[in-house]
Amino acid sequence: MIEFDQVEKAYQVGGRAIPALHPTSLSIQTGEVFGIVGHSGAGKSTLVRLINLLERPTGGRILVDGEVVTDYGSGTLRAFRRKVGMIFQHFNLLSSKTVADNIAFPMKLAGLYSAADIRARVDELLALVSLTDQGRKYPSQLSGGQKQRVGIARALACRPTILLCDEATSALDPQTTQSVLKLLADINRQLGLTIVLITHEMDVVRRVCDRVAVMDGGKVVELGPVNEVFLHPQHATTRDFVMESERVDQEELKTDLQHASGRILRLTLQGEATYQPLLGRVARESGVDFSILSGRIDHIKETPYGQLTLSLVGGDLDQAMAVLNRADVHVEVLR
Amino acid sequence: MNDLMPQLQSLLTHVDWSEIGWASWDTLVMVGVSLLFSVLIGLPLGVLLFLTSKRQLLAQTRVYAVLSFVVNILRSVPFIILLIVMIPVTMMIIGTSLGVAGAIPPLVAGGAPFFARLVETSLREVDRGIIEATQAMGASVRQIVLGALLPEALPGIIAGITVTAITLVSYAAMSGVVGGGGLGDLAIRFGYQRFQTDVMVITVALLVIFVQLLQMLGDRLVLYFSRR
Repeated sequence: MIEFDQVEKAYQVGGRAIPALHPTSLSIQTGEVFGIVGHSGAGKSTLVRLINLLERPTGGRILVDGEVVTDYGSGTLRAFRRKVGMIFQHFNLLSSKTVADNIAFPMKLAGLYSAADIRARVDELLALVSLTDQGRKYPSQLSGGQKQRVGIARALACRPTILLCDEATSALDPQTTQSVLKLLADINRQLGLTIVLITHEMDVVRRVCDRVAVMDGGKVVELGPVNEVFLHPQHATTRDFVMESERVDQEELKTDLQHASGRILRLTLQGEATYQPLLGRVARESGVDFSILSGRIDHIKETPYGQLTLSLVGGDLDQAMAVLNRADVHVEVLR
Repeated sequence: MNDLMPQLQSLLTHVDWSEIGWASWDTLVMVGVSLLFSVLIGLPLGVLLFLTSKRQLLAQTRVYAVLSFVVNILRSVPFIILLIVMIPVTMMIIGTSLGVAGAIPPLVAGGAPFFARLVETSLREVDRGIIEATQAMGASVRQIVLGALLPEALPGIIAGITVTAITLVSYAAMSGVVGGGGLGDLAIRFGYQRFQTDVMVITVALLVIFVQLLQMLGDRLVLYFSRR
């Protein structure tokens, strides 16, 4: 478990302290995929770098598995860092080393492994990230997605318990992003690794994260399970992120709503309910007519969900509401 | 063309080729030895300059300021002046300020700070992310420098060694003025003091060839070590 206890960070710029992270307390559970989403400059990059102390907090304590890592001396800190893997937006592979040597690098630095151990582990990792037979290549000969796979293999070399991902998919195309996210999800499941992932894309959070913290202006403004935060965003920043990821244009939505008549509802369905033939039943039982103004059926991690904005006209509105309330569906009245 | 050949031949008969051979060898030794020491001193100095500069691993504003000041002084003094200023120091170290051996301390004094700056610049060109990634693996500063920074900067450092070597060739020639050996000495004694233009032409030609060869070798090595 990673615990932040009133952790803060300020940078000295020209004699003035500029806060990057206001005092923040939160905890990340062992084995979960924890997302941190925010615009650039929101402090998420600082937050993740505080975990392996690439940034030193200016206040508060950070505990990992009950130990106060912020008190570590340089020797203990280096040993601790070996147990925390990290991958980066621009991969940060050594261009002078082959793929195999890049993966072996953290093990060589640790000085705890024999040459045979290292070779065996490198082969194992190459297989894990589907890059068997690519070990002798240099990073410049690889595609972006392959480079990030090497980055992941390298991060896992010393068998860490935590994996930090700093915008790990932001430099990749959508298809490659999907495969890298799938790999991260697999690793999380197979190795029981805690993953802390920062991103500016809500879509990334939706696909792999269990819980998410939304950051704005150096503060965590919203934190909770992804489905809750995603489907019922409370804070304005969160709403913007969700809208953005669903490619909803707020102005267009407004005009759409103006054109529609009758009662406007937003239905949110999750899990099995997503597949129920709900709308037909509502129409039959209450006699209302409806039109779909916007809608989306997708997955949060593995759970299917649907979110529909409807306008209802005619029939028995109360009856319709009753049917909806009885079903396993969250109803929000927009007008 | 027919008139030119005998003329050229008579011109070259005056030349003492064994003298030129020895002088070339001396130049080679002066450049070789001073390059070796320039790299041995300049490389750690360059690494230190880089590490102590602002926002780097061992950021130490004062240490950087002092180092940088010393390097700048040595680099701003014209080499011909440095040759003269260094004479007492050379006497102390070598016992003589003349000949091949006497030329080496001033050459190192000129070459090492020059190379140190080139090292500092090539280290600055290494992506910060690589330092951060290596740090995140639990590497010590020493491991970061030896395992990541220097290998990543190697092509730049080799290019720096080439530039330094070429600079040392011209410095070594200059040392002839204060009694250093080699081709520069030959050019001054025969070409300048005895008006033997042929010797002058030959030494200059040899120096040009030497520099060309160095540059070619350096370029090949840079290409070989570049993996980007």
